[in-house]
Amino acid sequence: MTTTVTPESPAAADRGEDNYLNHEYGIKSWLLTVDHKRIGLLYLITTTMFFALGGVFAGLIRLELMTPQGDMFQADTYNKLFTMHGVAMIFFFLIPSVPAVLGNFVLPLMIGAKDVAFPRLNLLSWYCYITGGALATFAIVAGGVDTGWTFYTPYSSTYSSGFVALALTGVFINGFSSILTGVNFLTTIHKMRAPGMTWFRLPLFIWAHYATSLMMILGTPVVAITLLLVALENLLGIGIFNPDLGGDPILMQHLFWFYSHPAVYIMIVPGFGVISEVIACFSRKAIFGYSFVAFSSLAIALLGFLVWGHHMFTTGQSVYASMVFSFITFFIAVPTAVKVFNWTATMYRGSIDLKTPMLYAIGFMGLFLIGGLTGTFLSTMAMDIHLHDTYFVVSHFHYVMVGGMVMAYLSGLHFWWPKMTGRLYNEAMAKTGAVLIFLGFNLTFFPQFVLGYLGMPRRYHVYPEEFQILHVASTGGATVLGLGYIIMFSCLIYSLFRGAKAGPNPWTAKGLEWEIESPPIAHNFHETPIVTSEPYAYEEEDVLLADKASH
Amino acid sequence: MSKDFSLHPELASTFALPVDLLYFLLVAISTFFTVAVVVVIIVFCVKYRRRSEDERPKPIHGSLPLELAWSIIPFFICMGVFTLGADMFFRMYRAPADAIDVYVVGKQWMWKIQHPEGKREINELHVPVNTPVRLTMTSEDVIHAFSIPAFRTKRDVVPGRYNTMWFESTKVGEYHLFCAEYCGTQHSTMIGKVVVMEEQDYQNWLSGGAAGESMVEAGMRQFEQLGCATCHKPQSGGRGPTLTGVYGAPVQLASGDIVVADEAYIRESILQPTSQVVNGYQPIMPTFQGQISEETLLQLITYIKSLSEPTE
Repeated sequence: MTTTVTPESPAAADRGEDNYLNHEYGIKSWLLTVDHKRIGLLYLITTTMFFALGGVFAGLIRLELMTPQGDMFQADTYNKLFTMHGVAMIFFFLIPSVPAVLGNFVLPLMIGAKDVAFPRLNLLSWYCYITGGALATFAIVAGGVDTGWTFYTPYSSTYSSGFVALALTGVFINGFSSILTGVNFLTTIHKMRAPGMTWFRLPLFIWAHYATSLMMILGTPVVAITLLLVALENLLGIGIFNPDLGGDPILMQHLFWFYSHPAVYIMIVPGFGVISEVIACFSRKAIFGYSFVAFSSLAIALLGFLVWGHHMFTTGQSVYASMVFSFITFFIAVPTAVKVFNWTATMYRGSIDLKTPMLYAIGFMGLFLIGGLTGTFLSTMAMDIHLHDTYFVVSHFHYVMVGGMVMAYLSGLHFWWPKMTGRLYNEAMAKTGAVLIFLGFNLTFFPQFVLGYLGMPRRYHVYPEEFQILHVASTGGATVLGLGYIIMFSCLIYSLFRGAKAGPNPWTAKGLEWEIESPPIAHNFHETPIVTSEPYAYEEEDVLLADKASH
Repeated sequence: MSKDFSLHPELASTFALPVDLLYFLLVAISTFFTVAVVVVIIVFCVKYRRRSEDERPKPIHGSLPLELAWSIIPFFICMGVFTLGADMFFRMYRAPADAIDVYVVGKQWMWKIQHPEGKREINELHVPVNTPVRLTMTSEDVIHAFSIPAFRTKRDVVPGRYNTMWFESTKVGEYHLFCAEYCGTQHSTMIGKVVVMEEQDYQNWLSGGAAGESMVEAGMRQFEQLGCATCHKPQSGGRGPTLTGVYGAPVQLASGDIVVADEAYIRESILQPTSQVVNGYQPIMPTFQGQISEETLLQLITYIKSLSEPTE
């Protein structure tokens, strides 16, 4: 891509005399910022805190499961641990991670915009997020919630003694942060593309975020509606979910999964966008089958709304409904497979450099493939009857969410880290982290497939002793996984203090965000860029700001 | 129940083998695709590794035949697996007509089981081998799930409705019974065992212990005690419709709809009598919501069902 940049002294840019980080100082300049890059960083810090919190819960769960007796925690404590692990990880880390951190930071840069369409709404979205997060955290501190992250009625509405209403209010408010981000991204992509940035010149990261934004806007309100119905039932005694009042507890599951299944795609589709960017860059190749990859994101977004009933094959829902849900679920496997095949084909005859982001991306492909294929086990109706609510399901969604989504997020974080901070991290240390995370992850979760097939139910505090050996293996793996995360975080934090200057484009990547300084100036571009070529034009000479500026 | 570690669960019902075959088919397909893609990625990583910083490989923008191939082939594989899974699911759904009935009530945190002959048990389910057994299940409180891994089957146990499941065990022995749907603090102790016995042993077990009344007898006693018989007389002419022959038959409602009087309908008519009134009768029956237990309700239903059976 080609840009027109105001000639400026390259020396000034290199010294980073004025960029979005030092443009203003003070706490207030951060808490009231409307700069999408700073909001991205606010999200980075807060989502990382929730990731750490959820990770500690996961560690405690794995420690408890070392022995079959349930001797480390009370049953009630254990139930609260897995509930809060799920709530923290899903609502406060996975859903906002790629869109709100990486999307906020690079989406406007990629399309040549100065900011998102509604910068103040963008800040409001972060405040919704931390308000929701604060309420959920308060619910944890005040006594915890033990309903599971799925909040199934009538347990959650009538029987649970925990701080369910508080946690649900937190999730409710947090939902608005998703909606606002979705609205912002859609408008930004429609209205703020730089001249020449046509729809089919958009990087695939943008297409993925377009699909994600649609799902956020259409799906998230349903969670809010569900919550309001639960409140109506509890306050006014209208029977909606409570069978004693003539309600139907299964209805709650329908509403819950109508949002929460698309939410799975809200989590993973932005990750697809990251993987497309990283594989193209480190193979120096245009993405194979650009339009297939772009449209498969939209197909997944659309079909994702029509498969929620596959979580409910054992509830006694109509067999014919189950059949339709199973059918559409198999259908959605096709665009997903298409993506993996296209990424693999992109590497064909490329110039492959196994830098850290690429290692994460390749790890993603392997793990996501296993996650996706084990999904077909669960969409096979008769098979699901045996595997439903067992560790097979636990393992399957961790392969998709952690093996897929977290790997994609870390790939993107390592890819754009030099752009965000202006620093390079230690490549050897970062690679060590990546390899440990990959190995530790497999060690943790592969045994759980076997456990599930043997019939070990999920959310069990004590379990029959023949399952112990696999649980011990899983806990051992979690230790390696935890070590990998610690190395990864240390490496990134260390780079802030000791990292070498990154320069505008350390990976010789293509894309508008790589043609400006690292870190970028407050308004991103000195002058509106004009796009004249296709995305991923890796066969073209590099266009670097420094070169252009010195011309 | 084997206490030893194994990589494969026991096969103890007629579902176990077909489900396992489906499982191994899926494992084979998954292994094939995973290995194929991973090998290709590794080969590419080695063969096309960056040898110099100046490399600028030629772009390849795509290939329609390839895209079609790797869309259509997975699609047909998916459809094949879908069909096998759906077909098996239908077989798991429909209980054979000659299945014996057992009634299950779940509550936090135990399984209460009643056999029609009157025998009751908690957290254990005794069944005869090689005989289809149909469980009619409901819950007193939250959602539970009745799961028997060795039989490869499970079903949610939902308050306010009857869910059924069936199986035919093939091997005498004891098998894990789990609650698979998270149901609160002691969820993981809501477990028990399924004891599969030879037919003769099962009959001995049924008739052993204190000889109680059968579920039909208990239901008849309740029917009298609760005053049902005052209005629901054996012949027509009472203030309520007669219940003889009503189970399984179509009922004309006051609203004009016609429903089949199944367990769910009878249950609702007892708990919310005014919601589906039979045509020609006044909505005068009082509700029994909250006044009778799930077990009594099942006994009443069993009794009402017995009124539709041909008398000997």
